[in-house]
Amino acid sequence: MAGQKATSAARRPRIRQLDMELTERCQNNCVHCAINRPADDTEAARRELSTAEWKTILSEATALGCLDVRWTGGEPLLRDDFEELYLFARRLGLRVTLFTNAALVSERLADLLAQTPPLSPLEITIYGMTPKTCDAVTRTSGSFDAARQGLERLLIRRIPVALRCVAMRPTANELAAFEEWAAPHSRCPPWIIYLLDLRSRRDDESRNELIRRLRLAPDEVVKLLNRRPGYRKEMQTFCRQFVGVQGDRLFPCGAGCGGCIDAYGNYQVCLPLRHPETIYPLRNGSLAKAVTEFAPTVTNRRAANPAFLARCARCFLRGLCEQCPAKSWFEHGTLDTPVEYFCEVAHAQARDLGLLTAGERSWDIADPAARLARMGDAT
Amino acid sequence: MDKSVKLSAAYRPSEDVVVRDIEGELIIVPLVAGLADLEDALFTVNESGRAIWDRLDGQQTVEQIIGELAVEYDAPTEELRADVIGFLEEVLQRGLVIEVAQRQA
Repeated sequence: MAGQKATSAARRPRIRQLDMELTERCQNNCVHCAINRPADDTEAARRELSTAEWKTILSEATALGCLDVRWTGGEPLLRDDFEELYLFARRLGLRVTLFTNAALVSERLADLLAQTPPLSPLEITIYGMTPKTCDAVTRTSGSFDAARQGLERLLIRRIPVALRCVAMRPTANELAAFEEWAAPHSRCPPWIIYLLDLRSRRDDESRNELIRRLRLAPDEVVKLLNRRPGYRKEMQTFCRQFVGVQGDRLFPCGAGCGGCIDAYGNYQVCLPLRHPETIYPLRNGSLAKAVTEFAPTVTNRRAANPAFLARCARCFLRGLCEQCPAKSWFEHGTLDTPVEYFCEVAHAQARDLGLLTAGERSWDIADPAARLARMGDAT
Repeated sequence: MDKSVKLSAAYRPSEDVVVRDIEGELIIVPLVAGLADLEDALFTVNESGRAIWDRLDGQQTVEQIIGELAVEYDAPTEELRADVIGFLEEVLQRGLVIEVAQRQA
């Protein structure tokens, strides 16, 4: 017994975490959003899991060894029972990561979070550095002031937050200002999301058209990434460790290790993937079966699409490229169709890092290891 | 508040923590602010610490726990005393346990 420190930071359990989409509804109507439904959508609210159903799922997750839940939406704070669910989860011994736009953080909620801390920084997305930009992105008058007020309520109580913003046409000129403003407040380095997803329920083609127009061009993305000193060196190190050929496996990621439960009680192997063949209705089953029996039937799937096999399966830019079954689902309604936008961004990054030259396609490279070894010689 | 360990005192887990047993690993999850840091403030208790923690029922004194462990582990009492006091000091400082009552030695 002698000589050992009695307590230490906890190791992660077998089921690392579960994402929970408490609602798809949101009081904002962001131009780029992949999921939101109107706050007053009574039909969506009626279909959502009840308080008792969420409590059952939280209890089952805890029994399965889950330590971390991430609550997202929509805007999770729109749920009338948020405080009840939060305290229930914390009293089960769960650590809660809350994704929010902060606009609904009241004095009362901030007090609650200060008294019973979530044990993880609140993840807050900022939609612009001025009222004009923010309200234009959220299409909600007063959203900037409401978000800043909510954030202030957290900061004044020293509740840790992690701040991030979304890079798109309306915000591209404000990213530097965001980083400068956010750095002193954010527990983690301010995070910028550069690539927009289409609607994850494939529910609105007109909104998809808008999202496509809002996306930054691949070379613009690379230029913005390079604003940060040391970016290229860091990415080259990352590539030497993590890029490589994917083959025909569709899920070389961590999908299924935890998973996600959507607002209506469907288990998904990851947060964005809602293909009908990859979801499991918990109202007719159990989380244990979803995780142990259903998830492997999804994550063991192999690609069959000839275009995927000819390109993505032979591409060595896995790790740089955002291609995955969820993105394929948003864009094409399948699990294994190459997504041109993400492919172009990955190729632009690869050229910038010295992995490819102009006109080369990654799946034609015969010896990726040599490319990786030479990478950075000229930079 | 006195945070020194008393051999004649009994201790129990604070009501401000949730104790999780995950695959045989004891994990202590704080419920309120002020226990260690706000972030990543989950603690695991190692095997020997667990032997002590499981006996913190608010009834047994520290001295009694040491005696029980000495029999169970067939270990020298003096060595165990140092280990038990070291463990209790750590969890007491962190606010993970509280003193219940001081008993007559």
